[in-house]
Amino acid sequence: MAAGERRGEGASRSRKVRRSTRVPESARQPDEIRPRRTSRLGFSGSGAGPKGAGVSQSIDYAEVGFICGLEVHQQLLTDIKMFCRCPARRYTTTHDGEVLRHMRPTLSELGEYDGTALMEFKTKKNIIYLLHEDNVCTYEMDDTPPFLVNQQAVDVAIEQCLMLGCDIVDEVHIARKQYLDGSIPTGFQRTAIVGVNGRLPFRGRWLSITQVSVEEDSCREVSDRGHLIVWRTDRLGMPLIETVTGPDLRTPDEVAEAILLVGRVCRSTGHVRVGIGASRQDVNVSVRGGRRVEIKGVPKASWAPALVHGEAVRQVNLLRLRGELHRRGVRRAAELNIDSAEITDLVAGSALDVLRREAWERWATAENRRPGFELGNGPFAVRAVRLRSLAGTLSWPTQPELTFAAELAGRVRVIAGLDQRPILLHSEKWPDYDGSLAELRRIRRRLHCEADDAVVVVWGPEEDTVTAAAEIRLRFADALDGVPNETRQPFPDGSTDFERILPGPDRMYPDTDSPPTRVTRERVARLRAALPPPPWEREARYAAAGVPAPVAHYLIRRGGAALVDRLAGACGAGLRAACFFVGERLKGLRRAGVAVDEVPRERWCELFTLAAAHPALLQALDRLVRAIAATPHCPVAETVEALGLTAPSADWETSVAAATAGNPPPGRRAAMARAMERLRGRVPAAAVAAALDRLAAGGGR
Amino acid sequence: MNEARDELKGYKGRARAALAEREVRVWSEVRLTNDAGSVFEGVILPRSETLDDLHVVIKMRNGYNIGVHVERIAAIEELGYKEAVYKIPEKEFPVRPHLPRVTLLGTGGTIASRLDYRTGAVIPAFTPGELYGAVPELADLCNLTTKKLFGVFSENMARDNYIALAQAIGEEIAAGADGIVVGHGTDTMGHTAAILSFMVQDPPVPIVLVGSQRSSDRPSSDAALNLIHAVRTAAYGDIAEVMIAMFGPTSDRYGLLHRGTRCRKMHSSYRSTFRTIGDIPLATVSRDSFTYLAASYRRRDPSRQVRIDPVYDDRTTILYYYPGMRPDLVEALVEKGYRGIVIAGTGLGHVNKPLYPALRRAIEAGVHVVMTVQTLWGYAQMYVYDTGRDLLELGIIPLDNMLPETALMKLSWVLAHTGDRAEVARMMRTPVAGEITDREPHNGYLIMQGGLPEIEEWIKSHWK
Repeated sequence: MAAGERRGEGASRSRKVRRSTRVPESARQPDEIRPRRTSRLGFSGSGAGPKGAGVSQSIDYAEVGFICGLEVHQQLLTDIKMFCRCPARRYTTTHDGEVLRHMRPTLSELGEYDGTALMEFKTKKNIIYLLHEDNVCTYEMDDTPPFLVNQQAVDVAIEQCLMLGCDIVDEVHIARKQYLDGSIPTGFQRTAIVGVNGRLPFRGRWLSITQVSVEEDSCREVSDRGHLIVWRTDRLGMPLIETVTGPDLRTPDEVAEAILLVGRVCRSTGHVRVGIGASRQDVNVSVRGGRRVEIKGVPKASWAPALVHGEAVRQVNLLRLRGELHRRGVRRAAELNIDSAEITDLVAGSALDVLRREAWERWATAENRRPGFELGNGPFAVRAVRLRSLAGTLSWPTQPELTFAAELAGRVRVIAGLDQRPILLHSEKWPDYDGSLAELRRIRRRLHCEADDAVVVVWGPEEDTVTAAAEIRLRFADALDGVPNETRQPFPDGSTDFERILPGPDRMYPDTDSPPTRVTRERVARLRAALPPPPWEREARYAAAGVPAPVAHYLIRRGGAALVDRLAGACGAGLRAACFFVGERLKGLRRAGVAVDEVPRERWCELFTLAAAHPALLQALDRLVRAIAATPHCPVAETVEALGLTAPSADWETSVAAATAGNPPPGRRAAMARAMERLRGRVPAAAVAAALDRLAAGGGR
Repeated sequence: MNEARDELKGYKGRARAALAEREVRVWSEVRLTNDAGSVFEGVILPRSETLDDLHVVIKMRNGYNIGVHVERIAAIEELGYKEAVYKIPEKEFPVRPHLPRVTLLGTGGTIASRLDYRTGAVIPAFTPGELYGAVPELADLCNLTTKKLFGVFSENMARDNYIALAQAIGEEIAAGADGIVVGHGTDTMGHTAAILSFMVQDPPVPIVLVGSQRSSDRPSSDAALNLIHAVRTAAYGDIAEVMIAMFGPTSDRYGLLHRGTRCRKMHSSYRSTFRTIGDIPLATVSRDSFTYLAASYRRRDPSRQVRIDPVYDDRTTILYYYPGMRPDLVEALVEKGYRGIVIAGTGLGHVNKPLYPALRRAIEAGVHVVMTVQTLWGYAQMYVYDTGRDLLELGIIPLDNMLPETALMKLSWVLAHTGDRAEVARMMRTPVAGEITDREPHNGYLIMQGGLPEIEEWIKSHWK
């Protein structure tokens, strides 16, 4: 159920940009957050992996028991935030105040610590919130309790639930869902289920909607370096809905299609936000024998197929790794023989920078890593972890082009806070540098390694290296069990990296600050009466009128469909013409910089009502629309008159005759052009052509 | 029905009947189907008594709660029964002989807490083991003993609590505690700190009141850090006075140690709500250090003999003066037997003329009337204007820069010793624990005004 908003926006950057670690904030779009610094690690699957171990890159989804469901997050179009009176979606790129906080795990009402909570506590993060007086108050700082929930947001959420075919909850209870990553200063997100048990038509069957909740959006991440994470609070507290589908999707392509479908349904009301980051989705994937893994904050439907495929492959490979470990006689965590030793002195003269204190200190200075903030405790240390009888596991393939070493690196980066690239070194792909092999031999000797032992080396502040060694052991323990429940962050190349342990229901508890909201049947009926038709009904109607599907989808997604239906209904326009007008013509003019969005919808109705009586107007549509956009408050009849597009005088054929005059007389095409110059928008082109024909035939009327 | 055993806790009327009829109870694991065919699986939760009788609350498997209208319940099937146990993991607090001994006295409040379903409220939880489970850092600081004196919200603290608390402190000091921490709700922490400053005189060790502004059931709570600061102050601090230890800034950075008689809660919800008024705080405390700020304070000295003087007369009140106040208010107080009135006067210590006769009659009737200022900062200086001089002539006792709440606490304490007019005046005007100071330093009054360029500059460059 986790909200996918945490890192989604950052991931929308291209890979190239994401690697750049110092994008000045001013150079970025206001809607963006600092891109994730981390990218996939280059541990290649080639080489030492066991041959014939069943490496899998392409799979039969049905055969591996692929299961997938979505959590689609969609910001709602409200004036103010959900629990305070701050304006919604007023984003800023600067700040005028900062707060420093930490999170501690607490207890859920059923009395158990949540696993994620404990993990986040281990990471010992310093959390800084950036504040701007334009968009946050003391509520977002967690220095004021919530005000009563924004009923406009509840209304929009109910409306969305009805569009999704849900049963509306009778009494909405606000819960606290803990997030200790700092993305919400309270340490929990206020969230409430509004609807359950919905469904959407999908590929000739149903896509079930398990539940829809309304919740407050989280902060946007600015940076995450070592032990310091920085969040911008402008987005925090904006209302959004989370739509959870059943695990009904059977292939990666279906996942992308379902994302678009849910998006169209949500947007068809016109009461949700659009634009960068206004909708994000988490994709839950598992294969038979694996576990639910949540790919968090997928920013675009088009990213989903590769990500989902990659995760399915990863799970299949992790299950095979489990088989391999069991084959080697390691079945329980207690049977893992993993220990570590500090080897700082041993590698003090290394040619590899990351292993030497002074080079590391230079890096820390250059990166402005401050003790007590970004840096963990203790002096620089290098620690080697011996993995007894585990040779070959580090280069075991996981995701396409990645190996199990990347799984270890993800945990080390997130949990130990050691994020200097390449995060760790390991014996199955030791880097090539001056004296590298001799160094690896020395390390192996120091650890008393035997041939079938593997080695991982980590470095950084001493305490963190100890945490890292412990975490490596824990990751191997998870591997004995197959696929751990995780949330993973997506990258544009289709890979993912560890983000955190997937939280369970233990992190939910009631929000004692907020009373429940009773939803009366009358309220539901009122909202239901005002609903637009469902998008599939419109799609069918538009398709029957000959409108291509992309145009229909665009209209539904961007809210133009309501205008189309009005033009085609009350204003007498043809449905197809109305679709092309709103879906193509206005879109094109908007792109050309014409301010069509400033024009009240009334104007377009007037235009088509006039055109119904006087169809020639549509031939001067471009000119007319531009003129209407230039004077949006002027009735269209007046604009038409100002442009001289009123119906022509009875002797309009004289103009046609004049157009044929000349010595030598113009050709028919030139004459037509000349005549239309005067008559476009006033006389239908066909009538002008007929008049020319009559003149050519020597007639007149 | 006995509430402790009520199997339909919090449910009343129709909802209660609906549950009883279907033979399910609070904590039943159920599969509930409604009239639309939606199925909800989860645990039936207790319901807050202040809510309506139309809904049954279920905590679903995914952790969310929802309320189902009784008229929409089609069927409930009981799948099992499991009573929730909400408990902080309790571990035995380790004993380390070389560490100082600190006693934590509990009065209630939210220093550690759990949820109560009956009211939907947070209620306190409290033992060394629970605290160790929640804040393991404490074990590195001291050997901790805890004693729960009462379990009341701080607005419910009153005379008997103050007396019991002062006596308990005396006992702990006698038993050799190196410092005492008092867990307390923040709303009236200032009042308690003030009265303890009078009831517990010349303490040899620190006495530190602490609480939290964000309840301890939240990950972002200030409770743990405040507690660490307070325990650290009790164990190692050099100031043997009654103090309040609460957040300095709203950021997780350091705490301030405020003198018990000069401290006030200044914001209803901010973490950095406590402020020393008319002076600077005694010190700052962080996880690993103290910075002493005050020029003078009573130093820790285990050989000093504490004097516990736990008396209190609660026939006292604060009259918060406002323009147009009617004299019958004063008359009513006299009639009801009040013995002391603290006026929080305007400006330098003023009230309107129509009140004079009523005040005169009150004083003649033996009521002791003292003057403080509702501006909080600054002195009652009643010689400056005629109004003030008139009031002095009536026999009103000016209390200089004593805070109104501190004055109420002190007057209640003094009146339990004497009713003699001159003696009351002498005791009220003779400072015991810094409640009146001779001088107000210029940095004792700093309310920065947002929006000013220099202030904005400062805010930008400092964590709030």
